[in-house]
Amino acid sequence: MKFVLRGHEPRWLAPVAVLVAVLVTLALTAVPIRLAGAAPLAAYERYLVTPLTSTSGLHEVLLTATPLLFTGIAVAIAFRAGYWNIGAEGQFLLGAIGTTWVGTTFTDLPAPVALPLGFLAGAAGGLLWAVVPAWLKRRAGIDEVVTTLLLNPVALLVVQGLLNGPWRNSSSGFTDSDRLGSGFDLPALIPDSRVHWGFGVAVVVIVVAGVVLARTATGVRIKAAGQAPRAAEFSGVDVGRLQWRCALVSGAIAGLGGASQVMGVQHQLTAGISDGYGYTGVIVATLGGLGAIGVVLVALLLGDISVGAQNVSLVLQVPAQLGAMFSALLLLAVLSAMSWRRYRLQWRPRSRSGGSR
Amino acid sequence: MTGGATDTVARPLLELTGITKRYGDLLANDDVSLRVAPGEVVAMLGENGAGKSTLMKVVYGLVRPDAGTVAVDGRPLDISSPKDAMAAGIGMVTQEFSLVETMTVTDNVALSGTGLGRVDRAETRRRVVEAMERVGVSLDPDRLVGSLSIGERQRVEIVKALFHDCRVVILDEPTAVLTPQDVRALFETVRRLRTAGLGILVVSHKLREVAEISDRVVVLRRGRLVGDRVTATVRDEELAALMMGGSTDEVAAATATPAAEPSELEAAVGMEVPTDQPAASATTTAASPTPGTTTGTTTGTTGEPVLRLTGLTVSRGGRDLLSGIDLAVRAGEIVGLAGVSGNGQTELVEVLSGTLPVTSGTLEVDGQDVTSADVGRRLAAGLGRLTEDRRGSVVPQMSVEQNLVLEDLPAYTRRGLLDRKAVRAHAEAMIERFDIRARPADAVATLSGGNMQKVLLARALARRPRVLVVAQPTRGLDIGAYRYVHQQLDELRTEGAGVLLVSEDLDELRALSDRVVVLFRGEVVGEMPVAEASPDRLGVLMAGGGSS
Repeated sequence: MKFVLRGHEPRWLAPVAVLVAVLVTLALTAVPIRLAGAAPLAAYERYLVTPLTSTSGLHEVLLTATPLLFTGIAVAIAFRAGYWNIGAEGQFLLGAIGTTWVGTTFTDLPAPVALPLGFLAGAAGGLLWAVVPAWLKRRAGIDEVVTTLLLNPVALLVVQGLLNGPWRNSSSGFTDSDRLGSGFDLPALIPDSRVHWGFGVAVVVIVVAGVVLARTATGVRIKAAGQAPRAAEFSGVDVGRLQWRCALVSGAIAGLGGASQVMGVQHQLTAGISDGYGYTGVIVATLGGLGAIGVVLVALLLGDISVGAQNVSLVLQVPAQLGAMFSALLLLAVLSAMSWRRYRLQWRPRSRSGGSR
Repeated sequence: MTGGATDTVARPLLELTGITKRYGDLLANDDVSLRVAPGEVVAMLGENGAGKSTLMKVVYGLVRPDAGTVAVDGRPLDISSPKDAMAAGIGMVTQEFSLVETMTVTDNVALSGTGLGRVDRAETRRRVVEAMERVGVSLDPDRLVGSLSIGERQRVEIVKALFHDCRVVILDEPTAVLTPQDVRALFETVRRLRTAGLGILVVSHKLREVAEISDRVVVLRRGRLVGDRVTATVRDEELAALMMGGSTDEVAAATATPAAEPSELEAAVGMEVPTDQPAASATTTAASPTPGTTTGTTTGTTGEPVLRLTGLTVSRGGRDLLSGIDLAVRAGEIVGLAGVSGNGQTELVEVLSGTLPVTSGTLEVDGQDVTSADVGRRLAAGLGRLTEDRRGSVVPQMSVEQNLVLEDLPAYTRRGLLDRKAVRAHAEAMIERFDIRARPADAVATLSGGNMQKVLLARALARRPRVLVVAQPTRGLDIGAYRYVHQQLDELRTEGAGVLLVSEDLDELRALSDRVVVLFRGEVVGEMPVAEASPDRLGVLMAGGGSS
């Protein structure tokens, strides 16, 4: 038995692979759900279906998916270029810091000025956090996986330091920042819901990124640089510079996510501003095949599961962590199944195994 | 084979008979027979891709041959894994060592031979020291392998082979990574092994080494054994010619123990010259050498220089990889670049391609100075490239159509977006024109070597380059693709472009070129019209006989 490279990927293959992965995930999670004393089928229904059956549920899914859209597409852009940015979490946090800084410093700005400024500050914060690893990679060849990853807890410490020190809430004394100026509040995108304009900005960013990645010369160069850097270099692509740029864009977009979360949901900086969105972004990007459409679908799916998990834990009295377990198993299953897109299994008799390469 | 030389030895330790291995259309080994006697050092020479490594893999059980047998001590073996080979007494020292850096010399030597049971460390250590003494290797058995030099590590590998009571030791390109001092130490070790009665097979493409340590030299070319000589009586230039495929009567006459029949040799050479090629002046002149007329013909049909190198030097780590290269390729001519591999050809192609920076000197394409230009500007100036590293020139997972436009993306961009229709149309046109057996959306990784080369050829020629730099354009290709590539290069010349053809295949060079330039140790050591480029003369130059 061995893996053989596929010549041509049949159209039905990717959806079938995902379906198989989902079935495998359902089968595997049935065990812990049973152990937690709930009926697997009822649990699945609440994980996946219940959030979509009510308007308010749908709104919650969109709201939960918003930060994942930002971090997902941010990671996807970097990964495509072969720059393994695992630091979207830190870049997200620095974006939140940037937005909070302008939001608590220029409190009187009117919304038309404040909102763009808030996003700009968020992007700048994320970009700033992405610059150091990208520069180290370009100048000294230092592995970005390590540097971007290690900067994540540093970013969280910066947030905590600020909240325990200079940015401690001036009226309550809690370790939350002051509220942003009212001009910095993102308006609701859908009336009477918590879905804010951050979702709209995310969709715009993803559409632009999707077009650039899939339809432009730059997109082809990014793909070439990521998949075969030597060949890209041979064809005149400056791989180092392209990766540097993608790293910065990636950081800036993750920072926009932080800005969106501060201005759209919390309206202040808190230590829990990111619920691991940067890390989940890696899952979103990878599961989404590093493409724009994939990122949207996976972000929505994970939003769905995450809203469903809250519901499940309330109604069925099982731990909320089962939702995270569900997502993690799904990642493993889908990634395994996706190898079938590039390889197919070939069974051959043992006697001929040494016969050819 | 029933040569005279083998009569002097009683019974071969290692005997290969009729080894044949085919990969698709490519014959990697074609009926190779070979003997190594006890106390004999046999060198196997051959250019890259001649089939040396396939043959070694067959002997070591990594590849199963389509036909032929391997016998040790007269016993035919069924070797299907390195374990079998070791058990039969065959030891191999490859270019990449399999040593654990964090373990001692003793442990590394003992590692491969121990099962799951207890290990008597003192006893093992004693035996390791003993094995080292036998071959004059002095290493501290308790040192960590990680602290050893490359040369010392190689000696550990040799000791490992001895430890398993190997009787035949195969050294695969043993000097490739060694310093001159280490090479001397290695040769001393090899002599000791010979004295101890082992059979040694050294695989190499370095003529000098071979002359120094071997008793006998066999030459492999395009999968066939084309020569079997006694080292003491063979000249370097004869070996160079054999390796690169120029067989002359002189060469045949000088043979003491011909392994292949002269007729076979000629047949092999005859097959490789494209017969359906349009009658180009070079082919005719190569076939009927008439000195005097050639020089006139060559300069008469060619025009302005389209590629000019002046004093081109490339240094790395204080060493000149290329020094002071002066070379011009004119419009309408093919200049062949000959040389035994490792003498600067790869670096020259990289410098021209724009992937290796120039240290000093200038480089002009069609009159424009592109010495420090990036790839894009070089292509715009009219340079086309087809390097030997095919897999390093394409993005394997990307489609044929995208690979085809990779170097020319701005031309396929309309209002900021890729014009997919134009990309598809271009791919279809190229597939049609170059007879590529693939669909536009197929991933390049799934193409055969010949089709991949056609994709690269299509990409290089699509923009009608003024000068094309090609390296080993037919290596690994079947005869059909081989002829096709030659035909395309010939057409390119007819259309008035210049071609710099780098090849390790003398037949190819002589069949296509108008002029031949010889590179030795990074310098141009000879330049002549093709009519004067006899294999013998090229052999002398390639072996360093022409340098001061």
